[in-house]
Amino acid sequence: MKPLLLLLLALTTAGAAADSGTGVTMTADGVEARPVDELMLALGTASFRDKEALVIQLAASGDTRVPVLLQALLDGTLYSDATTGAIIATPADGAPVPLAGAAQADAPTAAPRTDDLRKITVNNSLRSQLRVLIAATQLQNPDPGVRRQAARTLTGNARTTLLPLLDRALAAETDAGARAALVTAQASLHLASPDPATRGAAVAALADTSDKAILTLLEQQAGTETDATVKAGLARAITDLRGREQRFAFVSDLFFGLSLGSVLLLAAVGLAITFGVMGVINMAHGEMIMLGAYTTYVVQLLMPSHIEYSLAVAVPAAFVVTALVGIAIERSVIRFLYGRPLETLLATFGISLVLQQLVRTIFSPLNKSVITPQWLSGSWEINGMLSLTYNRLYIILFALAVLASLITLLRKTPIGLEMRAVTQNRAMASSMGVRTGRVDALTFGLGSGIAGIAGVALSQLTNVGPNLGQSYIIDSFLVVVFGGVGNLLGTFVAAMSLGVVNKFAEPLVGAVLAKILILVFVILFIQRRPRGLFALKGRFVED
Amino acid sequence: MNEATRTGFRRRFKTTGLRALTTALALTAGSAFAADTIKVGVLHSLSGTMAISETTLKDTVLMLIDEQNKKGGLLGKKLEAVVVDPASNWPLFAEKAKELLVKDKVDVIYGCWTSVSRKSVLPVIEEANGLLFYPVQYEGEESSKNVFYTGAAPNQQAIPAVDYLMKDVGVKRWVLAGTDYVYPRTTNKILEAYLKSKGVAAEDIMINYTPFGHSDWQTIVSDIKKFGSAGKKTAVVSTVNGDANVPFYKELGNQGISAESIPVVAFSVGEEELSGFDTSPLVGHLAAWNYFMSVDAPENAAFIKQWHAFIKDPKRVTNDPMEATYIGFNLWVKAVEKAKTTDVDAVRKAIYGLSVPNLTGGSAVMLPNHHITKPVLIGEIQADGQFEVVWKTDKEVPGDAWTDFLPESAKITSDWQDPAINCGNYNTATKTCSGQNY
Amino acid sequence: MTGSPRLLNDAASRWLLAGLGMLILVVPLLNLAVPETSPFHLSTYMVSLFGKYLCLALLALALDLVWGYAGILSLGHGAFFALGGYAMGMYLMRQIGSRGVYGNPLLPDFMVFLNWQELPWYWYGFDNFFFAALMVALVPGVLAFAFGWFAFRSRVTGVYLSIITQALTYALMLAFFRNDMGFGGNNGLTDFKELLGFSLTSAATKNGLFVGSGLALIAGFLLCRWVVVSRLGRVLVAVRDAESRTRFMGYRVEHYKLFVFVLSAMLAGIAGALYVPQVGIINPGEFAPLASIEVVVWVAVGGRGYLYGAIVGALLVNYAKTWFTGAFPEIWLFLLGGLFVVSTLFLPRGVVGLFGQRRQPPPSAATGGNN
Repeated sequence: MKPLLLLLLALTTAGAAADSGTGVTMTADGVEARPVDELMLALGTASFRDKEALVIQLAASGDTRVPVLLQALLDGTLYSDATTGAIIATPADGAPVPLAGAAQADAPTAAPRTDDLRKITVNNSLRSQLRVLIAATQLQNPDPGVRRQAARTLTGNARTTLLPLLDRALAAETDAGARAALVTAQASLHLASPDPATRGAAVAALADTSDKAILTLLEQQAGTETDATVKAGLARAITDLRGREQRFAFVSDLFFGLSLGSVLLLAAVGLAITFGVMGVINMAHGEMIMLGAYTTYVVQLLMPSHIEYSLAVAVPAAFVVTALVGIAIERSVIRFLYGRPLETLLATFGISLVLQQLVRTIFSPLNKSVITPQWLSGSWEINGMLSLTYNRLYIILFALAVLASLITLLRKTPIGLEMRAVTQNRAMASSMGVRTGRVDALTFGLGSGIAGIAGVALSQLTNVGPNLGQSYIIDSFLVVVFGGVGNLLGTFVAAMSLGVVNKFAEPLVGAVLAKILILVFVILFIQRRPRGLFALKGRFVED
Repeated sequence: MNEATRTGFRRRFKTTGLRALTTALALTAGSAFAADTIKVGVLHSLSGTMAISETTLKDTVLMLIDEQNKKGGLLGKKLEAVVVDPASNWPLFAEKAKELLVKDKVDVIYGCWTSVSRKSVLPVIEEANGLLFYPVQYEGEESSKNVFYTGAAPNQQAIPAVDYLMKDVGVKRWVLAGTDYVYPRTTNKILEAYLKSKGVAAEDIMINYTPFGHSDWQTIVSDIKKFGSAGKKTAVVSTVNGDANVPFYKELGNQGISAESIPVVAFSVGEEELSGFDTSPLVGHLAAWNYFMSVDAPENAAFIKQWHAFIKDPKRVTNDPMEATYIGFNLWVKAVEKAKTTDVDAVRKAIYGLSVPNLTGGSAVMLPNHHITKPVLIGEIQADGQFEVVWKTDKEVPGDAWTDFLPESAKITSDWQDPAINCGNYNTATKTCSGQNY
Repeated sequence: MTGSPRLLNDAASRWLLAGLGMLILVVPLLNLAVPETSPFHLSTYMVSLFGKYLCLALLALALDLVWGYAGILSLGHGAFFALGGYAMGMYLMRQIGSRGVYGNPLLPDFMVFLNWQELPWYWYGFDNFFFAALMVALVPGVLAFAFGWFAFRSRVTGVYLSIITQALTYALMLAFFRNDMGFGGNNGLTDFKELLGFSLTSAATKNGLFVGSGLALIAGFLLCRWVVVSRLGRVLVAVRDAESRTRFMGYRVEHYKLFVFVLSAMLAGIAGALYVPQVGIINPGEFAPLASIEVVVWVAVGGRGYLYGAIVGALLVNYAKTWFTGAFPEIWLFLLGGLFVVSTLFLPRGVVGLFGQRRQPPPSAATGGNN
């Protein structure tokens, strides 16, 4: 446990010069004074400030129980027994581990009575302290990914006394990625070196990184730097980094735009069928999205132990549920209204009110908690300046997949052919033997089902509540109309371009004005092309 | 639903049903049955955008009425709830308030959530000399003769929270992010003035407003991330409202903004909002309230038990506006008992200085400015959707209707008890009250 | 003008006018002259409520003029209504003068506590009633003119037009929500005190506003009636049923549409202006696209293409809403939603279609989708 001792040295001496919010305030005298068990037991009743001191002493003890304890404390799974004072870790994936106190001494295997356990609380400052301590131990971890992450964590908490530790780790490091991370961590610490040559080398090493934090560090250094050569190097490095920052900002704005676009696309593509293809002004479209989201919630309730796969079940389930609801609506109401498109507005508006209230009655008006599977959380950190969030990334892919399968269905399958035939010329299709009633029901069901699928995706981004649909209905109509009614490709281009324009405008004028500008833009655009972006070709005398 | 409410519904159904059969004019014939009950109006949206928050408060009032009736009612009479649905529609709030006061002749109203709904009913309540208990934290700048504010004023939430971040966390750089409406605008104006008075430079404050229900936070969160990477400890003070919070926090989690790097302290996010999503990526972010469900106090444990029994769902959470409703209800009951009547003016005079226990182990005193004393608690979000209290004020803070940090407001004070002042906006410079309608 | 025989050659219209006339006589009488103890007494609350319904009926009438007769389905008529309401609200705010809570003689309260130093330029003039009254009709009119000028000339029709009217009102809603705009943001304008020196809380003022709304509705009805029975009205119906054919016959279709659109917007603005002092608040919620869709629903329920149908529909649906939200707070949306579905299925010509079927041919269902 030598690294831990080193770490102790690093941290305790840093305490004297406490330079950041996570500065440690303890004196060096308590180091060997108290036995580990006593320190652990003290955690049960200590204040946040005392706990900070205690964990440092614990980390320095080199005791084998300490890594488990630190991790449990960070995870919020460390408890103290209210009656005996014993300290127990209860990791989520295993049996409780008694760490100190009565339980350990007397009967190590006895399971603690849960109602006696009091959680040992942590606050933010303690948590960041724990992360540094854990990261330091992880520099020796066999997994290179963990080592890389540990090196990054240490970079953020730069303190010169950590240098020996980093040097040692660097000497032993074989993984290229972890080496790079360690070099960065080391160089960022070298910036404070009294030797201009070391500082110069550090600047050169950092000039290749792409990290906003490093840029800030360099900018701060530029303010205090005295050596002319280093200063020139700094200026070059800063220009480099700023250029890179701008390029990556462009890429991430584009990504934001595309992801907003694919949300719009998902929300609108079902409407492109029911409204665009069938001509039903479907005000209940938003409620179909909402039903899809609620289906996700129910699916997760039914399979609580397989959350990771719940979405794979939820997508077909939502499609089936909302398609059935859609078919029921079509058969019971809308089929009586063909040829009276505006009255579908009235009827579907009524249906949307009923569906909202129905959901409110069944599920309560409160938002429902839909869990995000692990593989959809977090972000893909390409570098310190560009990271793409996984949920957005998958939604872009998902939206494209939905669109592609829909186009295939309409173009390549017999039912797709019938759908197109009925919507283009009902009478002719009917006289050719197409059962128009059945096709109408299936088309409406398809549009509703796709709205349901959109609901599954949206449940990962926003609230699942009775009003979910309302927030997307206006945008959906706008996208369909902007793209050109009845044209799926138009819907796609419209959604993506509105998303991208919105996201590039937002940093300049703010979120609200960006939205207003988009609306004004669409209004003006329709004046230029009164049938949308991709008007259906043909000569219309009357519509 | 309790018996009193149900018979209330039935009677209302019958009368209105009959009236619907007659002509449109006959429907207006007064509802003049004997006042054998004390009527409590409940004016919370049960549909529309605010139903998410307000339905819980309707249930809370029904529960409290139920409980009071079990104890034998009030002044020997049963309490009867009259529930209406203003449907998150602000003009409808005014209409329904008037219906409650004029047609149903209720003795007190519990209701409203948003500032605009309160502003909408205010003239109606004042005109009819009604009584409204308003249970939500708000921007202040108001003290009506007919309204009692049992939620937090800005000095009972925003300023202590910022103080905590400044002193205990060492925050030097501030993002004030809010939904664009009057509560965040006012709170941020107050905080901006306060921070500047504490020596924070203008370039260390970033202010951002978003529309209601904003759902695409990518750009703003990435801006916050950039703003926070300037080498100074940064915190976000969030007055983002209701629905927009879930996508906001999800984006924070996904873009890797942890509570240790940039803590977010929220004034509108409570247990109920958190119950709508998975909080494990948000552990450590903060909220400032006057009550948390996790507070260890016997009154609180009893309240939670009672709530679970009433709502028949052991998973339902309690939150700050519920506590405010609880306090408001108990203060009114105590005042009615003291005044021995439900007459509004008598109750109003009786209520000043009354004290009832709150749910955090202290007590709430009704002040002459129609606000109450409240403790300020700061909690960190836990993985189970609850808050862990990390800081609290030593004693209750009296609510201040008119903030001292806005120049025009600093001159104004409110006192409805002192006969020399007897108004809600006494200007200490000109020694007058302006704009009093009644 | 009222003497024109064709104007009132329709029994339903005569009945409607008679009914409205009765209403504006009887309601104030029952409120003011009948003692409160009498079962026939009408509370002031009811007077304001009826007054509100009448304003909404005027809005529905305005929409029916463009939708029922010219085939322009506007999903953004709430915008004109709200703009008229804001113009009136600004006048009422300025009337408060130094009686605001901060006692500032010039700035409304919401500007004072948000540290505004001076009144924005567009608030000037609104202290004058006649200027404000002019703006009530002018602002919606000018917006409708600019919007219609471009849209009709570009031959934007059907759903495209409907959706961009929706985009218009949505954009205005977002804009008015912004506090920086200087219209009070989400809270809008409230705490009005008096109108032309009459206290808004007095029963007499409320009755006055009620009668004013009733008279405005009657005048609006006669005006619309005059438009639709004139030659202009017949051209409009032709536009509705076969726009291109009408154009080929040499009519400048866009001019007719523009005229009637602007007229309708101004009527909507007046409705909004009468609505605001009676409900005591105007806020951006009135711009919400759903609110505008509701207006379409009133017209459809009442009977599109019959002017009196719009009025009946607005009164009916709004009364139902008041009744349902009070009597069945938990399930009223089922009832209202069900009402809409049932009336579409079984009353294709709206409620009034139940009665006057023989007299007028039903309006054809052109505009909108293909086929």
